[in-house]
Order: sequence, then structure tokens, then C-alpha cells
Amino acid sequence: MPEADANREPSPPRPWSMLRTFHVAVDWCEPLVEWIIRICGWSAILFVFAIFFFVFREGSEMLLGGLDLKEFFTSPNWRPDSVVRPQYGILALLAGTISVTGLAMLIAVPLGLGAAVYVAEFAGPRSKETLKVVIELLAAIPSVVWGFIGYMVLGPIIIWATGAPVGINVLNGGIILALMSVPIIVSVSEDALRAVPDSYREAALALGASRWEIVSRVLFPAAKNGLLAAVLLGVGRAIGETMAVLMATGHAVQIPHSLLDPVRTLTATIAAELGETVSGEEHYGVLFVIGIVLFAIAFVVNLTADLVVKGIRGEKHD
Amino acid sequence: MSEPATSERIEICLHTRDLSLWYGNFQALRNVTLNVKKGLVTGLIGPSGCGKTTLLRCFNRINERYGNVTTTGEISILGKNIYDANVSLSELRKTVGMVFQRPNPLPISIYRNVLFGIRVHTRRRDLNRSQRDALVESSLREVDLWDDVKDKLRMKATRLTLEQQQKLCIARLLPLKPRVILMDEPCSALDAEGTEKIESLLETLREKYTVVIVTHNMAQARRASDECIFMLLGEVVEHGETSQVFFNPQHEKTEMYIQGRYG
Repeated sequence: MPEADANREPSPPRPWSMLRTFHVAVDWCEPLVEWIIRICGWSAILFVFAIFFFVFREGSEMLLGGLDLKEFFTSPNWRPDSVVRPQYGILALLAGTISVTGLAMLIAVPLGLGAAVYVAEFAGPRSKETLKVVIELLAAIPSVVWGFIGYMVLGPIIIWATGAPVGINVLNGGIILALMSVPIIVSVSEDALRAVPDSYREAALALGASRWEIVSRVLFPAAKNGLLAAVLLGVGRAIGETMAVLMATGHAVQIPHSLLDPVRTLTATIAAELGETVSGEEHYGVLFVIGIVLFAIAFVVNLTADLVVKGIRGEKHD
Repeated sequence: MSEPATSERIEICLHTRDLSLWYGNFQALRNVTLNVKKGLVTGLIGPSGCGKTTLLRCFNRINERYGNVTTTGEISILGKNIYDANVSLSELRKTVGMVFQRPNPLPISIYRNVLFGIRVHTRRRDLNRSQRDALVESSLREVDLWDDVKDKLRMKATRLTLEQQQKLCIARLLPLKPRVILMDEPCSALDAEGTEKIESLLETLREKYTVVIVTHNMAQARRASDECIFMLLGEVVEHGETSQVFFNPQHEKTEMYIQGRYG
């Protein structure tokens, strides 16, 4: 017996001690990893505040002092380069952003929700997978490529179809923006539809509802928070988009009177003009005030989306 | 449990002949032939996976929502073959209501839950407000839920207790005036008290509707059903009056199952 023990003795301890070392190392690493992850998490907040701080700092001088806010919001005259009297009215730019975004949403919301319903409820497994991959691919196309398509492809088509003198206008920008927002609307609302418990579908089916009735009477009400969030995320995407609208809208400062009028958006103005300004001068500061306005719009849209998702309407979530 | 069906009541409500069903390659029902009598509560019993729920789900053809189902044989309900090409699924499901294992009221108000079915089947303008109110009240009264919820009809139905939810799920079938009510283990999510309430409800429903109920609970089958069908591996082993199936089973397998030797 002792002999057998002696023979067995040397082999087991080694892996055991390695395991011990490993566990000690894990015990040491654990808090470290935890801290790294924590920093990753908090860094998002840090960056948002840093960006806000920077934009606000650059714009604050004009916002608080030099800028006539009434003129800023109500005048359609954007003449920053005027030697005699520069005017900084963003009404036309605001109208540009709103018209292009509005048109984009008019197109993208029905298209996106329809696609989401099809993918989530009607498509067979194979076409569902294909569609999801293609839609994700659509989201991965760089915005400058979209702008290029708007400028080179959609523009001539619009001229040919409507007889407008220029093809880059509200219609062009709206369509391009719509196509850019559709993927996010589709994927978020498809998730929302899929999250509706199957028991609801079965309940409605057993009461004699058709598939379309299930969609309209059960799924839409049940998923309405998620669908609204999807739409608002799409709006956020459309408002913030810069390069594509810069290329596709025609970049003319005016309040549009028809879909075929070229316009200019807030984002495109910043992108196009910031390079020409000198840090600290009036024009530079005003561009940052526009940045603050965009920040505020994005914040409101996102906050609304958040509150909607959490169901602020007095309904408890079960 | 009760008196055997007297001669004038022996009327077949639901009839299947040689019914077989496959999920893909798996055969879940094998040549099921049975006759369910009108106005009775018929219990479907058997161990898990024996096909009782599958059989139940054939009766309103809700099985077909999964694409890989193949069915052969015949089912007729109230004398009409439900696999006929001219049968409208919507009409079939109006006649044959179903209650599910987990209460599944829709995430809308109690009021609209009760009216959901009728809204699907009738145009909105065909029902005026007082008719709708009356329908909601009578349906909820019939399931003994009216007194609990009459002050909160606009409340979201998913906030009710499970027992109340299950009653609501029964109530929402009633405006459609179904002839058959299928129940798939309606009490499995409920506590003893809730189970008792649903069972006593079953007692009142049997007067107007033909009920087929799947249950895992032997005692429930004994208490609540008039006839019992014992299934095993997709086949009907025994079908008879509940008292006979429980106290004088004709097949050895039934006896063993009833005694709890397997299942």
C-alpha cells in the first residue's frame, strides 16, 4: 500500500498547483477587468459630455452675446460672408432640414414598417434571412456613396421625370435619406414585432383573425412602443445625416415651395462652411450655435424615443 | 360522472375518421377515429407527447400555422368536413373556440378583448354601442367575471390575475356563439382555487356547448368530464364514459395509466 502511494504521489500535485496559480491570477484579474469594463461603460457618458462641452464652449460667445437670437431663428437670410452686414438667419436652413427629413420619413416609415412586417411575419425562413442580410448591407453603405447616387443617378432621373431644371433638390434628398433610414427602421421594428409573444398571435388566430388582422389589431398595438422608437431613431438618423444631403439637396439657401426646390440643411451648412472660417470669429461661432441647435433636436428626439420605449403613457409593463 | 347520455342526446358533434398527422417525418397521430358527443364534456387524457394537444389543435385547424404539418383522414364537425376546400378557416374558428394552456388575453383592454372576436367577424357599424356593452356584460357574466371587472373594463387585460385572465379567454369566445369549445389544459397555470373556479365554470358551459378538454390532471378529468378518451403514442386506446374509463377500463394500458404506473 505505501509503495503504491509513493508511486502515485508525484503526478497529481502539479496540475493542482497550476490550477491554484490560475485561480490566484483570476482573483487578481477579476477586479482589474471589472474596472476596465466600467471605464468602457462610463466613457460613453464622458464623450457625450466632452462633445457637448466643446460645442457649447465654441458657440457660447455668440449664443450668449453677439447673436441676435430673434433674427437667428426667424430670418431666412443666411449671409455670413456679407462684408457690409453679415446676417445669420437659420430659418431657411431649418426649413431645409425639416422638409428633407419630413419627406424622408413620409417615404421611409411606411416602407420600413411594411418591410419589417413582411420580414417578421410573412417571409419564409430563407427569404427572411436573405432580406435581413441585404437590409444590413444597405445600412453599411457609406453616406458619401448615397450622396453620389443622389447626385449622379437620382438627379438625372428626377430631371427626366419631372422636367425640373435641377435634379438635386428636396425630393432627391428626401428619397436618399429615406433609403438611408429604412434599414434602422426595419431592424428595430422587426425586433419589436418579433418580441410580441406568440401566444397573442395564436389567440387571435383561434378567434378567426386573418394574418393581416393579426398584424393590424394585435401586433401593432402590442409592439407600438418599439415601432415608435424605430420611427424616432429613423428621424434621428435623417436629421443628423450630412454628407448625403449636402450632395443631394442642391445646397441653396431658401425656404422650399415645392419638392423640386433645392434647399440646404443645418448639417450641410456646418460641413460646407466650417473650413472657410477662422476660429473665434463670428461666423465660426454661429456654426457652433447651429451645432447646439442640432444637439438639442437630437436630444429631444432621443429622449422622446426613450420615454416612448419605457411607456410613459401610464401603462405599467407586465 | 353524470348520467350517461340519454338516447335523444346521442348526437355526434365531432367526428374523425382515420386521422393521421405528421410533423415533418414524425407521426404524431395514428389513424384516430372517434366520435365526440354533442353537449358533453369530453376529456382527452394520456401521457405527455401522446398527441392529445395535437388532436385538439386539429379541430380548429390551428395546427396548420406551422408549415411542416401533413394531415390525412377526415374530421367533420356538426356534419361538415372541415378539410373541405370551401371551408373558411375564419368561420370554422368562430364555431370552434379554443382556450389555451397559458391564459393569453391580448394586451388591450378587457372590453376590447371580449369584443375582439366579434370585431373580426362583423363590421363595426353592425354593432352599436349598447349592443357591444350588452355583449360584454353577458359574456363576462356567463364566466362569472362581471362583478370583478365591471368597474375596470378599460384596464389592460394582462393586468388581471391568471384565473381572471383565463375566464376572460373563455368569455371572449362567447360573443361568437361557438358550438364547440376546445380547452388545452386550461388550468395548468392556475392554483387550486383557480382550477376549482374554472371547473365549476365548465359545469355551466356544458349546458350550451360541446367541450373537449385536454388535461394532465387525472382527478380533473374524473371530476369534470362526462366521457374520456385515453391516448397513447398518437393512438386512441380507449374512449368511454368517464366512470367506465376510470373504474372499469377495458385496456391494460389504460388501467396502468389510470393507476399511475407510468405517464
